Amino acid sequence: MKPPAFDFLRPDTVAEVLDTLARHGGAAVLLGGGQSLVPMLNMRLSRPAVLIDTLRLTQTAVIEDRGDTIRVGMGVRQAQLEHWPALPRRLPLLARAIPWIGHVQTRARGTVCGSVAHADPSAELPLCLLALGGHVHLRSRRKTRDLPADQFFAGMMSTARAEDEMIEAVSFPAAPPGTGHAFREVARRHGDFAIAAVAGIVGPAGATLAIAGVDDIPRRFALPAPGDSALDDALDGIAWTLNARDDLHASARYRRELVRRLGRAVLEEAAACRI
Amino acid sequence: MPYLSRDTAHPIRFRLNGREVTVQAEARMLLSDLLRHELGLTGTHVGCEHGVCGACTVQIDGRPARACLTLAAQAEGADIRTVEDLAPEPGRLSILQDAFRRHHGLQCGFCTPGILMSLDALLRERPDAEEPDIRDWLSGHLCRCTGYATIVAAAVAAAAELRAGTGAEQGS
Repeated sequence: MKPPAFDFLRPDTVAEVLDTLARHGGAAVLLGGGQSLVPMLNMRLSRPAVLIDTLRLTQTAVIEDRGDTIRVGMGVRQAQLEHWPALPRRLPLLARAIPWIGHVQTRARGTVCGSVAHADPSAELPLCLLALGGHVHLRSRRKTRDLPADQFFAGMMSTARAEDEMIEAVSFPAAPPGTGHAFREVARRHGDFAIAAVAGIVGPAGATLAIAGVDDIPRRFALPAPGDSALDDALDGIAWTLNARDDLHASARYRRELVRRLGRAVLEEAAACRI
Repeated sequence: MPYLSRDTAHPIRFRLNGREVTVQAEARMLLSDLLRHELGLTGTHVGCEHGVCGACTVQIDGRPARACLTLAAQAEGADIRTVEDLAPEPGRLSILQDAFRRHHGLQCGFCTPGILMSLDALLRERPDAEEPDIRDWLSGHLCRCTGYATIVAAAVAAAAELRAGTGAEQGS
């Protein structure tokens, strides 16, 4: 349970990070808060030749309200976003979801962009980014590009990020007036990996449901609004569409039932708290 | 750019319990092992080594965090506080520690250092913390002896005592 040997780099600038990635490619791994990567190092599931420490690039720890979107820089820790005073008003879904991420002790170091980069299928932040239709901003020495969340998550802990790219920031669309947001999760213990996590958004244009922990990546669906008699059938269809599997924590059947019940509950809650 | 090669130890400088230290560590060494093996501070316990049990929790720049999920090299320039720094002087317990003793908040004591470091941070950051806050912060810790009732009781008592001002000079 100790990390394998690696070279450790402590860049002072983003340019140095990008140079290092360009030089080492897939042999280099970016270290953010380390709350997912260090366990993988300890269990030897990850064996990078070079580790690049990005947590001390405090110039990237910036939350920027750009009107339509909130841009969260690479160095922003989960606790920093959790305590951002405008969060409940500008990103009410995240205000509800962040307390479910790990524990106070892990949110103190874990970063928002690091969680998106890690792309755990049960993670809350990738789920919220997808649910809201957010973007991932990638930068390499060659170029920058912006990917919508639904094109970024490619599979279980696998993303569209190229080996020489880093996530410079992620953008969450700010909550428009007239929308309601809700989040629920079932896990064996608060802070454990979600057996199922669901985010619901209800606005004038209809309802959106996003689900993590069931399929290999978070998935998003448009749905009839609560009160529509077609909702239950639609939720049942989603439950069967997702590639739910049996594992140590829950059966596929139990996960499908969580999708139906939590799905209905978050949409009803979101509809009730429209502002 | 500082480059710590894998094949040798490198000096790491940081503040530990109020004094500056410089200690040699390999790039792959965990902060928990640096504290215990290189600095002899065995109050920080090591349980699961993947961030679940909370026994290794220390304060990094004032916030509780897992020493087993932090590389020693990441401590460079940081302010680290461990359980050894809680007691105001030898032979005297802090308010929080004494509440644990009075309320039987520990039995084997393995999880206690981590729990104390989290609760110390909570009571400093939010002196008005109540039982739900205490339970939320405790959710990042596992205790397999006492159950949590006595731990919560100790924390609630310490919070009340600190608010009453008797602990103003000692800290939590």
